[in-house]
Amino acid sequence: MREIVYYGRRYPLGVIGAIILIVFVLTAIFAGVVAPYDPLTTNARASLAAPSQTYWIGADMMGRDMLSRMIHGSRISLAVALGATCIGSGLGALLGLASGYLGGWFDLIVQRFAEIMQSLPLLVMALVITASLGPSLVNTIIAIAIPLIPNVARVIRANVLSLRELNYVEAARAVGMGQTRIALVHVFPNTLAPLIVLATAQLGSTILTEASLSFLGLGVPEPYPSWGRMLSESAAEYIRSAPWLVIFPGLAISLVVFGANLFGDALRDVLDPRQGD
Amino acid sequence: MAAILEVSGLTTVFHTRGGIVRAVQDVSFSVEAGETLAIVGESGCGKTMTALSLMRLIPTPPGEITSGTVKLAGTDLLALDEASMRKMRGSQIAMIFQEPMTALNPLLTVGRQIAEMVSLHENVSRRTANARAVDMLHHVRIPAPERRAREYPHQMSGGMRQRAMIAMALACKPKVLIADEPTTALDVTIQAQVLDLIDDLRKELGTAVVLITHDLGVVAETADRMIVMYAGRKVEEGRTGELFADPCHPYLQGLLGSIPRFGGAEGARLREIPGTVPALSDLPRGCAFAPRCNAAVGTCRDAVPALRPKRSGHTAACWVN
Repeated sequence: MREIVYYGRRYPLGVIGAIILIVFVLTAIFAGVVAPYDPLTTNARASLAAPSQTYWIGADMMGRDMLSRMIHGSRISLAVALGATCIGSGLGALLGLASGYLGGWFDLIVQRFAEIMQSLPLLVMALVITASLGPSLVNTIIAIAIPLIPNVARVIRANVLSLRELNYVEAARAVGMGQTRIALVHVFPNTLAPLIVLATAQLGSTILTEASLSFLGLGVPEPYPSWGRMLSESAAEYIRSAPWLVIFPGLAISLVVFGANLFGDALRDVLDPRQGD
Repeated sequence: MAAILEVSGLTTVFHTRGGIVRAVQDVSFSVEAGETLAIVGESGCGKTMTALSLMRLIPTPPGEITSGTVKLAGTDLLALDEASMRKMRGSQIAMIFQEPMTALNPLLTVGRQIAEMVSLHENVSRRTANARAVDMLHHVRIPAPERRAREYPHQMSGGMRQRAMIAMALACKPKVLIADEPTTALDVTIQAQVLDLIDDLRKELGTAVVLITHDLGVVAETADRMIVMYAGRKVEEGRTGELFADPCHPYLQGLLGSIPRFGGAEGARLREIPGTVPALSDLPRGCAFAPRCNAAVGTCRDAVPALRPKRSGHTAACWVN
């Protein structure tokens, strides 16, 4: 607890980022309690209603309360963003670690696969995967996570290649430590800094990829709202007549990405003992 | 006393694009328990490769130990499988490296790294391992060891890190400690402290020390015996005092002649050895030192001299002296 206060004072921006993330996560968890209306109930009379006392941030074309939809949408958006980022970064990091540390033919094969995957855009890859798996929340997360793997794997591999040459890795071998243990205890933790930066940067793009998939009907199926789909559905049609339909989902996405970046930066510093004096 | 470490006919080569590089050729020596043996020579003469071969830490490929035996208390290390060798490293034979600044993991506390090493080789509880770490830090004369054990490497000076490395290397009381230029990266006052420390621990624990250095001053201070290496081969061996007083091989004569001394004639030039160490991939047919040697005769260029007993009980590989 004392440590949290100490680091909180040192990294006020990190605290702001953490608060933003916590608020969003709590909202997602307690969406049913927090939301003023049912997100799926339509009301023809309130179609495209401007923000007012009844509809705080307006209503969409079908007269559904935007605030309630956003609150419920945070569940899907956060699940996809956090899930896909964690799975993609985790698998990518493991693959990069193995690739960089083992080297040889394993490295060669992994890297060629990574190149093949990287030559396709993130969205196209995700499209192909969801199309073959079918639309559902879990499949969306998987479909977005897999294209992230090669990027992470390459960055971590490059990092591991330089770490592997460091003296303490050889020193660890000289005291009789096994290869797996050296890789996990001595090499992997030293790659956390780039991994955190990379993961927070990817958080935003996963939310947007989910939006594109939903827009094409391959993401989380209708009528469940997600920020990305709310944004992409209304962006073209209503940006002039009902800008709140675009502004608020966009704001929520930016805020989550912003919070994750602030938190990630602070986390990277806190985890590095060299910054601790 | 019986030899604890017996190396015979050790040959290590590297397969490179430019051909086979013979980094260590037919090197034999032995070390007794509690003894300090120095291996001296210029950069690139195979000292470190010899040490890494003993530890079986040669990167393979491209490196390969092609022949020889390394017997540690009777066990041939070169014949062990990797898992058994791993058990030997650290517990029976340990090594400290030249560069203390990067030899510790920056993300773990020093105490944790020593404790990890202890629990790797001995079946002890975490608490015992931690206590041993503090104890070892105390042993290597780090003040306030309880506090220092909880610190990270960057909070320590170079000398202190090297002492922490020594603590780690000796935590499981290995029979042999290989110190590869342990003081090169440290400043002079700290050098003396670290050398004294290694020497004291050697007496205290009965560890045999293989000290690798290019600094003949260090050798004179600490080593009982020394071997001189040149271009991957052992060229001279004997008790330190005898070798300093009466060097046989022109290479050692040259090395000793190039040390500045107090009380030498004012304005006298140091005698340097002309030329440089030949490339290990392209050694001359005869004695590798012949092209730089001013005593060289015809035979020197035609055949590699064998090690032969010379005066005052030491051996040297030279046709002339």
